[in-house]
Amino acid sequence: MARVVVDVMLKPEILDPQGQAVQRALPRLGYQGIADVRQGKRFELEVEGPVDEAALARIHELAETFLANTVIEDFVVKVEESVAAGESK
Amino acid sequence: MTLDTVKHAAETPAVDQPWKELGLKQDEYARIREILGRRPTGAELAMYSVMWSEHCSYKSSKVHLKQFGEKAPENDALLVGIGENAGVVDVGQGYAVTFKVESHNHPSYIEPYQGAATGVGGIVRDILAMGARPVAVMDPLRFGAADHPDTKRVLPGVVAGIGGYGNCLGLPNIGGEVVFDPCYQGNPLVNALCVGVMKHEDIHLAKASGTGNKVILYGARTGGDGIGGVSVLASETFDSTGPSRRPAVQVGDPFQEKLLIECTLEIFREDLVDGIQDLGGAGLSCATSELASAGSGGMRVELDTVPLRDATLSPEEILMSESQERMCAVVEPGKVDRFLEICEKWDVIATVIGEVTEGERLEIFWHGEQIVDVPPRTVAHEGPVYERPYARPEWQDALQADDAGALARPANADELREQILKLVASPNQASKAWITDQYDRFVQGNTVLAQPEDSGMVRVDEDSNLGVAVSTDGNGRYAKLDPYAGAQLALAESYRNVAASGAKPLAISNCLNFGSPEDPAVMWQFAEATRGLADGCLELGTPVTGGNVSLYNQTGETAIHPTPVVAVLGVIDDVNRRTPIAFAEEGQLIYLLGDTHEEFGGSAWSQVVHDHLGGLPPRVDLEREKLLADILISASRDGMIDAAHDLSDGGVVQAVVESCLRGGKGARLVVPDGLDAFTFLLSESAGRAIVAVPRSEELRFTDMCGARGLPVTRIGVIDGDSVEVQGEFDLPLSELRTAHEETVPGLLA
Repeated sequence: MARVVVDVMLKPEILDPQGQAVQRALPRLGYQGIADVRQGKRFELEVEGPVDEAALARIHELAETFLANTVIEDFVVKVEESVAAGESK
Repeated sequence: MTLDTVKHAAETPAVDQPWKELGLKQDEYARIREILGRRPTGAELAMYSVMWSEHCSYKSSKVHLKQFGEKAPENDALLVGIGENAGVVDVGQGYAVTFKVESHNHPSYIEPYQGAATGVGGIVRDILAMGARPVAVMDPLRFGAADHPDTKRVLPGVVAGIGGYGNCLGLPNIGGEVVFDPCYQGNPLVNALCVGVMKHEDIHLAKASGTGNKVILYGARTGGDGIGGVSVLASETFDSTGPSRRPAVQVGDPFQEKLLIECTLEIFREDLVDGIQDLGGAGLSCATSELASAGSGGMRVELDTVPLRDATLSPEEILMSESQERMCAVVEPGKVDRFLEICEKWDVIATVIGEVTEGERLEIFWHGEQIVDVPPRTVAHEGPVYERPYARPEWQDALQADDAGALARPANADELREQILKLVASPNQASKAWITDQYDRFVQGNTVLAQPEDSGMVRVDEDSNLGVAVSTDGNGRYAKLDPYAGAQLALAESYRNVAASGAKPLAISNCLNFGSPEDPAVMWQFAEATRGLADGCLELGTPVTGGNVSLYNQTGETAIHPTPVVAVLGVIDDVNRRTPIAFAEEGQLIYLLGDTHEEFGGSAWSQVVHDHLGGLPPRVDLEREKLLADILISASRDGMIDAAHDLSDGGVVQAVVESCLRGGKGARLVVPDGLDAFTFLLSESAGRAIVAVPRSEELRFTDMCGARGLPVTRIGVIDGDSVEVQGEFDLPLSELRTAHEETVPGLLA
């Protein structure tokens, strides 16, 4: 079974309050030198059957309509190497 | 792109500028050139274009809105009138209350959660800028058909956004409305209201005076959000058909707003500001030009000093950005250090970006070069004013002639029963608890009444129990049939709602939602509605304190119903004297106040049973509304009534069902002499309410009504566990509850 990863990030010009909160917390915790933090979401999809063009098109569609809010977010679809048989259900 | 300085603009008069892409008309662009005596710089063009937009300049509505000032009733309670961020009303005991309702319609359609959330944030900052602590919010909402798939996209997002932002701020959401109608498909209306409380001496105004005073921008950093058209300025190619580089959507941060509220209130307490303004639509362009034009001098701003979230922003974009959670203050030099100290304490970024200057120019610099040199009033207040043509649409006569009185009425008692069950279960009449339960209604511990009561009421003073009540109402169906009467009916209903809960109505705010002003029919609706509202406010003695106009709510040729939403604010000396809607005591008598006529035009019944809209809306009698309100307030104060519910859409039966379900008690009703059951139960005549009177108070109450000339009819008694209309039908409360409460979750959950 193959794994496809969808990374969803707020568009660069959109305010990211969570990322800002993390960034502000870092110096308080003694970590210097981090100028900015943007926080996103990562979806790992275990795909049944081959990850061919049709499957990717479907995933692209579901990412665009469901996983990401494309008004304010961008997303990237990546195929990861096959998961070892033992790990999958 | 080289920097377009004032000097450069003066030397290159022939440069082609993207005024059209920025939404300006040719004559408007010509006027800018005339005002400046040269072509505007890119930054100036950006400022003028956004400040002269319909949204900021009210260029189509201004000529009609001035009636609210001209016809304003004498009212000692009004401390600050139209024109400031929000009006301020004296509620006694040294307290003043400010409130305002605004629209955030278009952003909420594009991105429901953030659009609605930032709508709440914006109105809260308006109230804060007056010097008041925000104490409650309300949201009048309108969506397309309840079963339309897009409603299922928009509504949950809007509700979650309102709840999310308001809950994070710790502000109770005490009411509002939810209306469904296919006319709002693609143009949902998301209006937001905020109420704030302060002492008289704490009122602050938006003005920049005192040469040498510093201009401080504080709150969130400025980013590239909400910059619609200005992207054409920042890009090399002026391609109006290409997608905008920046989305017109902003994301809010309620925790930042909470810090801004507490920080600003502490700054007020130490009396550190001369003038203050929130940053909303048009961002810094608006704040600097409005502050400067309200003060005595000019203003000089170093735009490089504005803290940015995105270092690549151009000066035009910084001026236009609608990044949320920002405020602008004018501070005497000696107080700047303390101001910055308080901001630091609250973790709020604050930066001196400029100062008040002698002279009358707003001057903005970027890397040492001047990019803006304008008379601020020409940007903020002296924009174009249009006398748009308006004409009563041809179809208006046919619509009014299509009398709802001619519709088939129920043939027998069984049919009447079925139709009433259908009515109370219809999306517009059904319980909205699924929505309002998602809001925190009781945070801060001062909420006395909230939805589904007639008005939202909060306690203002914990010792004296002084309180204020607010209701928002609007009926687009009535307004479509007759915009003049429709606006007055919205006013009357809101006024009645406040009085029914025991509070004395003092002043109003309004949000006028209409289609395109370029359509003479829409402009006629707007002209009629504003005239109706101004006349109505004069007669009721409740001045308009401010509000907002939202035009272009239409898709293609189809405009929404004209939808003037009216918010009435009232005061109650002791919130313990409030009147709830619940029928809670068996044996108490149910009285109907006012006259019932056969009035079904625009009614809920005509919509639910016949999907019909035609005829004339109910007649308006504002003298009667005043009398009814006086009686309701006196009866509440003197303990003569234990419940009251205003009558509006759905008529007597809708109100009785709501009061019964709220109190968990049934009612036995008798059709009064001279009325048939159908008219009695379902007519929507205005100027009416039902009340529950303890038997011990019956004589005193009816005597008072009789002495003052208010028609009063005993229509039944609180009893049992059903709503029974003698000789007609019997509807068990359990059946009514299922019908009333399962509709909205069934459609949306």
